[in-house]
Amino acid sequence: MNLTLKVWRQKGPEAKGSMETYPVSDVSPDMSFLEMLDVLNEELVEKGDVPIAFDHDCREGICGSCSLYINGQAHGPMQGTTTCQLHMRSFKDGDTVFIEPWRAKAFPVIKDLVVDRSAFDRVIQAGGYVSVNTSGNTLDANAIPVPKEDADMAFDAATCIGCGACVATCKNASAMLFVSAKVSQLSLLPQGEVEANERVKNMVAQMDKEGFGNCSVTGACEVECPKGISLENIARMNREYLKANVSPGK
Amino acid sequence: MTKLDAKIPKGPIDQKWTNHKNNIKLVNPANKRLIDVIVVGTGLAGGAAAASLAEMGYNVKAFCFQDSPRRAHSIAAQGGINAAKNYQNDGDSVYRLFYDTIKGGDYRSREGNVYRLAEVSTSIIDQCVAQGVPFAREYGGLLDNRSFGGVQVSRTFYAKGQTGQQLLLGAYSAMSRQISKGKITMYNRHEMMDVVKVDGKARGIIARNLVTGEIERHGAHAVVICSGGYGNVFFLSTNAMGSNASASWKVHKKGAFFGNPSYTQIHPTCIPVSGDHQSKLTLMSESLRNDGRIWVPKKKEDAEAIRQGKMKPVQLAEEDRDYYLERRYPSFGNLVPRDVASRAAKERCDAGFGVNQTGEAVFLDFAASFERYGKTEAKVHGLENASKEEIIKLGRKVVESKYGNLFEMYEKITDDNPYETPMKIYPAVHYTMGGIWVDYNLMTTIPGCYACGEANFSDHGANRLGASALMQGLADGYFVLPYTIGDYLADDIRTGEIDTNSSEFAAAEKEVKDSLQKLIDIKGNKTVDYFHRRLGKIMWNDCGMSRNGKDLKRAMEDIRALRDEFWSDVKVPGELNDMNLELEKASRVADFLELGELMCQDALDREESAGGHFREEHQTPEGEALRDDENFTFVSAYEYTGDPGKATLHKEQLEFEAVEVKTRSYK
Repeated sequence: MNLTLKVWRQKGPEAKGSMETYPVSDVSPDMSFLEMLDVLNEELVEKGDVPIAFDHDCREGICGSCSLYINGQAHGPMQGTTTCQLHMRSFKDGDTVFIEPWRAKAFPVIKDLVVDRSAFDRVIQAGGYVSVNTSGNTLDANAIPVPKEDADMAFDAATCIGCGACVATCKNASAMLFVSAKVSQLSLLPQGEVEANERVKNMVAQMDKEGFGNCSVTGACEVECPKGISLENIARMNREYLKANVSPGK
Repeated sequence: MTKLDAKIPKGPIDQKWTNHKNNIKLVNPANKRLIDVIVVGTGLAGGAAAASLAEMGYNVKAFCFQDSPRRAHSIAAQGGINAAKNYQNDGDSVYRLFYDTIKGGDYRSREGNVYRLAEVSTSIIDQCVAQGVPFAREYGGLLDNRSFGGVQVSRTFYAKGQTGQQLLLGAYSAMSRQISKGKITMYNRHEMMDVVKVDGKARGIIARNLVTGEIERHGAHAVVICSGGYGNVFFLSTNAMGSNASASWKVHKKGAFFGNPSYTQIHPTCIPVSGDHQSKLTLMSESLRNDGRIWVPKKKEDAEAIRQGKMKPVQLAEEDRDYYLERRYPSFGNLVPRDVASRAAKERCDAGFGVNQTGEAVFLDFAASFERYGKTEAKVHGLENASKEEIIKLGRKVVESKYGNLFEMYEKITDDNPYETPMKIYPAVHYTMGGIWVDYNLMTTIPGCYACGEANFSDHGANRLGASALMQGLADGYFVLPYTIGDYLADDIRTGEIDTNSSEFAAAEKEVKDSLQKLIDIKGNKTVDYFHRRLGKIMWNDCGMSRNGKDLKRAMEDIRALRDEFWSDVKVPGELNDMNLELEKASRVADFLELGELMCQDALDREESAGGHFREEHQTPEGEALRDDENFTFVSAYEYTGDPGKATLHKEQLEFEAVEVKTRSYK
C-alpha cells in the first residue's frame, strides 16, 4: 500500500520544527510501523538526506524506547500496543499518517521524534527502590511469604515500561500513572513497606519538580498505556500519599 | 606472546570460591573512595556491577547508549532465572545445576566458573526478592518454579513472561539508589568508542556523547565491559536493534583475547521470518515448551497442503502428526536443550516438512495442554459432566494465566490467534556464548579491564541452557566481580586520579575522531543497512545453525570483500558533532564486519561439533553432534594481530575433575 507521512522534523532542542511530507510506497501489511520508517529512512539516506531520528531498541514492546504520536494517539491506533508492535495492517492504502514526538514540558525534544525522558529516571532516583544492600546477605527468598494476589498485583504494576505514553497523552502532561505504578509495586510488597511513607512523598515531590502536571482523573493515560497499567494505581498512590502525610510517624 | 592463565583456584570444586574469596586482597573502605571504576553497559551484569561497586564505596561511572539504563536489552528476556534452591524438593542441588550447565554446554566450559555460578545462584534470588522483584508466587505465598530445556528439575524462577524486565528493573532501582547518593555518575546516551591503556593497564575510555556528538575522555582505575553479546552480526536476531559488539571488539583490538567467537546460540522458538523488510526476530519464551508440543506433518503432501493454505493444522489427525522431539528424545521430549531442538527443526524443514510459506516453520501446539489443564480445572470446580468445549475453555484460561502476554505478542506480530491455531516457530540467532576471554577473576588479558555477563565467554561453553543468561549476568555483577576486582584495585590506592590529559588519552581520542570522520568522508552510494544485511546473510548461511569447511572459507573471503566495499562505498549523511544515528550504526557495522570473519575463522578451526557449533563433517550416523574431546577440549582465545582473519589462536585447555566427560545424550 501507499501512504503519505507527515513527520515532525526538528534539528535540535533550540531549532524550530515543522511538519514535513514524505510519500511511502510498497508498504507491506506485515511490516511494523518502525520497519516502515526504516524503509523511508533508507530511501532518505540514499538520496543523501538526513534520516528521521526516532527512539527504538528491542522492538518487542518491552524496552519502552519507542514513542511516537501517530494520528494524535500515543503509540498509534491499536490499544495496548507499543509503536514497535504496531503493524501496518492497522492502516489503509492511501492513508495520510501524522507522526509527532511526545509533547510535554518535562520531555524536551532532542531531535525530530526523539525526546528526553530522563525526568522519569530522576523520579525513580528520588525513592523508587528498596533500600537493600547488594550484598546477598538478605533473608532466604521464601522467608517472607507474599500472598499470591498481592504478588500478582505488584507484578501488574511493575510491568510499566516507562515509555511516557501516559504523560504524552495527558492534557496536563501528568506523570501520575508512571509514578503510581512504581509506588504501588513497592507498597504492595512487604519488602518495600518500611520506607513506604518517605518513598511516596519524595517521588511525588520530584515529579512536581520536573514540571509534570496534575492528574485530573480523565483516564486517558490508562486508555493509551501499552501495558494496561490501571488507574487503580493512582488511587493507591493517593492513599499512600495521604497516609504518609497524616501519620508521618509510621 | 601472553600466556593464558585462567587463575582457577586449587582445591576441591565446592571450596574453590570460598577459599579464593578468603585469600584475595581487599581494599579498605576509606581507600575505595579514592578509586574510580568505569562500567560500560547497564543491563543485568552492568547494572548489578555498577550498583554493587558503588555500594562498596568505589566511585562508579556507568555508560549506556540507551536513554536510560532501564532499557538495556536484558529487559527483553522472557522466561526465567535458574537457581539451585530446591524449593520443589525434586532433587535439585548446587551440584545438579553445575552438572546440567556443564553438560548443556557440551563440556566446553570451565568447571571452576560454572560451579561458582551454581553456588551463588541461590543468593541471587534472595537479593532480587529483597529488592522487591515480584516473582510468581503460589497460593501459599511461596515462590513458584517451572522447568526449562535440558533439565529434569523445576529450578526456574519467573515473573510471567517478563522475568528479564523485572530483574533489570531491580538492578536499575539499585543503581538509581546509588545515583541519588552520587556514588554512580550515569552517562546515558553515551557510547564507548575505545579503551585507553596507560603502561599496559586499562585506565579509561573514549566515549561519544550520542546527543551532541562530542568525544569525551573518561579516566578510571579499572574498566568493566558489560556490553552484552554480538548476535546482531547476523543482522536478523532476537537482539535489540542497538545491541552491538563494539565495546568488546575495541578492547579485543587493544589486547583482550576473544574467546570461542564461533559459539552462537540459535533459539528454537522464534517467530519465523515473514519478509525482506524485517528488521529483527522475536523470540517466544522457551518456557512455552513446558506445555506446547512441537510437530510437523508426517506426510509431505500434508505439509504441502498446509503451506498452500488448503488445509488447516487443526484438521490434521493425531496419527498424521510427527512430534519429532518426543519421537527422537523420549526422556527430555519437547524440553531438550536449545541447540538440539533447533537442529531438529531445521532437519525437518530441510527435509520438506516445513509448515509456512517459506517452508521454514514448525508448529508449537497447545491443544493438548488446553485439554489437560481443563480436565483438572473441571475437577477442581466440581464439574462432573463438563463438555469438551467447556474443558478447553477452562484449560485456555490456565494457559492464558501462564503465558498470556506471549500469546498476545504472537498474535500482534503474526495476526494469528494461538488459542485457535498452533503457533508457527523457527530457530533464530539469540545469544552468543563466545565473548571476551576472562580469567576466574573476570579480568581480560588487559590488566584492569574486566568483562561480565554475555560480554565475556565464560560459564556457558558451547551452548547455554535456558534461564541461565540472567543468572550469569546477575552473578557476575552482584557477587563475583565486586569481590575479584578488589584484588587488582588494592594496588591502586596510591595511584590518585587518572590524568586524562596524557598522551595516551590524546592518541586514543584522535584515533576515534579520525575513524568516525573517515566514515562520513567516504560519501559512497550504499546505506549502512545494505552492508549489514549482506553480512548477516553470509553469516546465517555459512556460520549459522550448521557449518562446513568449504562454506566457511568462502564466507571469510566474502566478508573481506564486503569490508573493502564498505570502506569505499558506504554513505553516512549528517555530521560528526550532532546526533547522528547513521554514524552510530556505521561505526558498529564496521566492527561487525571484522568480528564476522573471526567467527568464521574459529568455526573453521574447530573440527568437531559441540553445542551451538555444528560442523556438518562431524556428526553421528543419526545426525547428532560429534565432539572430538581428544583434540578440542579447549577454549579458543584469539589475539588480535591487525587482521581479523589472521588472529593468533591461543588454547586454554579445559580440565574436568568433578564431572566425567560423556557424550551428551537427551534420548
